[in-house]
Amino acid sequence: MKTSVVSNEQSNGSIWAVALRSSLLLIVVCGIVYPLVSTGLAQLIFPSQANGSMVKDSSGNVVGSELIGQSFKDPSFFQGRVSSIDNDAAGSGSNNYAPSNPELLKRVQESVAQWKKENPEVPFSQVPVDLITNSGSGLDPHISPASALAQVSRISALRTISQDQLKALVTKYTEGRDLGVFGEERVNVLKLNLALTELSK
Amino acid sequence: MEILQMIIVIAVLLLLVKPVGTYLFHIFSNEPNRTDRVFGKIENVFYKIIGLKNRSSMGWKKYVFSMIITNIVLVAVSYIILRLMGGLPGNPNKIGNMEATLSFNTVISFMTNTNLQHYSGESGMSYFGQMAVITMMMFTSAASGLVVAIAFIRGITRRGEGLGNFFEDFIKAHVRLYLPIAVLVTLVLVGLQVPQTLSPTAVVHSLSGVEQQIPMGPIASLESIKHLGTNGGGFFGVNSAHPFENPRPITNVIEILSMWTISAALPYTFGLFARNKKQGWIIFTAMMTLFIAFLCLTYFSEKAGNPVINQLGMDSSIGSMEGKEVRFGVAQSALFTTVTTAATTGSVDNMHDTLTPLGGLAPLAEMMLNVVFGGKGVGFVNMMMYAILGVFICGLMVGRTPEFLGRKIEGREMKLIAIAILAHPFIILVPTAISFMTHLGTDALTNPTYHGLSQSLYEYTSSAANNGSGFEGLADNTTFWNVSTGLVMLFGRYISIIALMGVAGSLASKKLVPETIGTFRTDNKLFAGILIGTVLLIGALTFLPVIVLGPVAEFLTLK
Repeated sequence: MKTSVVSNEQSNGSIWAVALRSSLLLIVVCGIVYPLVSTGLAQLIFPSQANGSMVKDSSGNVVGSELIGQSFKDPSFFQGRVSSIDNDAAGSGSNNYAPSNPELLKRVQESVAQWKKENPEVPFSQVPVDLITNSGSGLDPHISPASALAQVSRISALRTISQDQLKALVTKYTEGRDLGVFGEERVNVLKLNLALTELSK
Repeated sequence: MEILQMIIVIAVLLLLVKPVGTYLFHIFSNEPNRTDRVFGKIENVFYKIIGLKNRSSMGWKKYVFSMIITNIVLVAVSYIILRLMGGLPGNPNKIGNMEATLSFNTVISFMTNTNLQHYSGESGMSYFGQMAVITMMMFTSAASGLVVAIAFIRGITRRGEGLGNFFEDFIKAHVRLYLPIAVLVTLVLVGLQVPQTLSPTAVVHSLSGVEQQIPMGPIASLESIKHLGTNGGGFFGVNSAHPFENPRPITNVIEILSMWTISAALPYTFGLFARNKKQGWIIFTAMMTLFIAFLCLTYFSEKAGNPVINQLGMDSSIGSMEGKEVRFGVAQSALFTTVTTAATTGSVDNMHDTLTPLGGLAPLAEMMLNVVFGGKGVGFVNMMMYAILGVFICGLMVGRTPEFLGRKIEGREMKLIAIAILAHPFIILVPTAISFMTHLGTDALTNPTYHGLSQSLYEYTSSAANNGSGFEGLADNTTFWNVSTGLVMLFGRYISIIALMGVAGSLASKKLVPETIGTFRTDNKLFAGILIGTVLLIGALTFLPVIVLGPVAEFLTLK
């Protein structure tokens, strides 16, 4: 087989040289110039988004990022999804339990028992499954609107705020599907709880 | 609404195939066109810097040799950076040097476009490492793969003029395709709240009064090329499930289309090179048919949920949510999973380890077949390999010399194709078997019984297919897994590239056979059917037993 009968072939020596020089060029262009130029443009055009979409409370203190879920153990707050890393954003991850793993059932049953203890009056068949399953990132900032509504009666009793007020709050903080069609309706737990603390004052 | 949103994404993809495929053709056909005015000058500067004086076309051996040499240099420099990054600038979070076998695994992983990650970005990689090694390799490995596919297409559609000049193609892929689109996608992602900063990890006092560390960094610039180049390696350990990498459903859609479009447009580009658009669409149709079948399998399995949890009696109508994010739900998760394993990207927006048994079977099967769109390079080229095999089998059945695109398919090509087809299952099944013979392998499994088998199988399948997603429960940052998956990734990438470029070189030098009434046509629906049949037949013969032992057994026993 003679396929390489092309004239003016580069010698193998010069291929090494060109390969080395193109590698160095691309390390500089793709590895340094591109991310730095992107950072510059991003900081210029979208400073808030580029720096993690931080949220402040009413007195101006940064309390977190609206994109990163927080842990709310206190039952007088709306609670987010199960997080095996306890929403510690220094890492990210989940248990990675397979559907057939007995540990999964055990963990879910513990969450269910805890839920039933804290919310005795809510019919269990109305509790959405996202409340007792681990999110993919362990940092999911959202729950489904139904999951927020299922917590209203508990919070209403603990904070002596009327259920109607709380339901209105949940509706106000329910985000629709993107462009009306993509993804799912959701409630940002941190923003909802910030509003809840305002309401309680 | 759930099914509608998946249909809309597929429809947008269909609209993008023609313009993107045409653009790719303009870039690499090397005929003068309008894009020269914008990019020609930049390229000439780049050619000067790298000392490329002679842009003549190369034979297949020289082309592959140039690619491998360039890859070796990039691997060497990157390895050195990872081993020394603790002391280099751009490290505000004070991250240490990377360990030797983990560095080996990481540089191989990113150079081969696999992006299997045995480290976690937030704790194991400095900002400089994320940029100069990870982001850089996301460009160069994607460009390496893409230009090989282009050279292959030239070989099987043109005669006797070599396969093109590797360095010219390589620079063009960066300047005209990846860099401009990456900057654009980066800015869109930042606008939609993906961070892009050099500030160190933020420390805040959360609403419930505890300290929360929030790592950030140059995320958006990595995120865009991660998908455009079908790379898939995340800035963070959980990849595109992390709210900073993928904050909204619309960013999920953008990431899906970013990784899918160029791969899906390649068959159209091929049609333009072959001066037979119908031929391109037939290949595309075969890929899309397989894709939709796998998407349905994943979506309906996830929607049905996990029977173990469903029987507890709560409202599980939204489907299986373990390992998924609320903003994506089942539809956006299933679509992402099916696309990322089709386009051999390997990013994940939900945890594949937690998928229901049949929902997890679909991504596994797509990587085993490795022809459903495919990432840059190997995916499309693999489908062409099956096309030639299909032609060969049909030729045998009717008793005439098989031809493809007017060229006779003979012993030499079939031997090379046999090597490529057999190598793939060999480097998946043998290492999986070995991993079960030693505690070095079995110690890493974190789920019991059948799913444990799936975990190991998935890891090697993902490595061999250069995908990079994982059943991530696997405790894989050990010398055994770093080295074994590193080798599988190397073989998975380069054996098939060398064999198939050999096929292209061989076909390029053949005389054209005139088309007659007896010629077996490869641009009609019948051939699309034959192609799908060949892929499924070979796939089932090689992988069915192990699939029955893993996901199918788990499905049947799950109550």
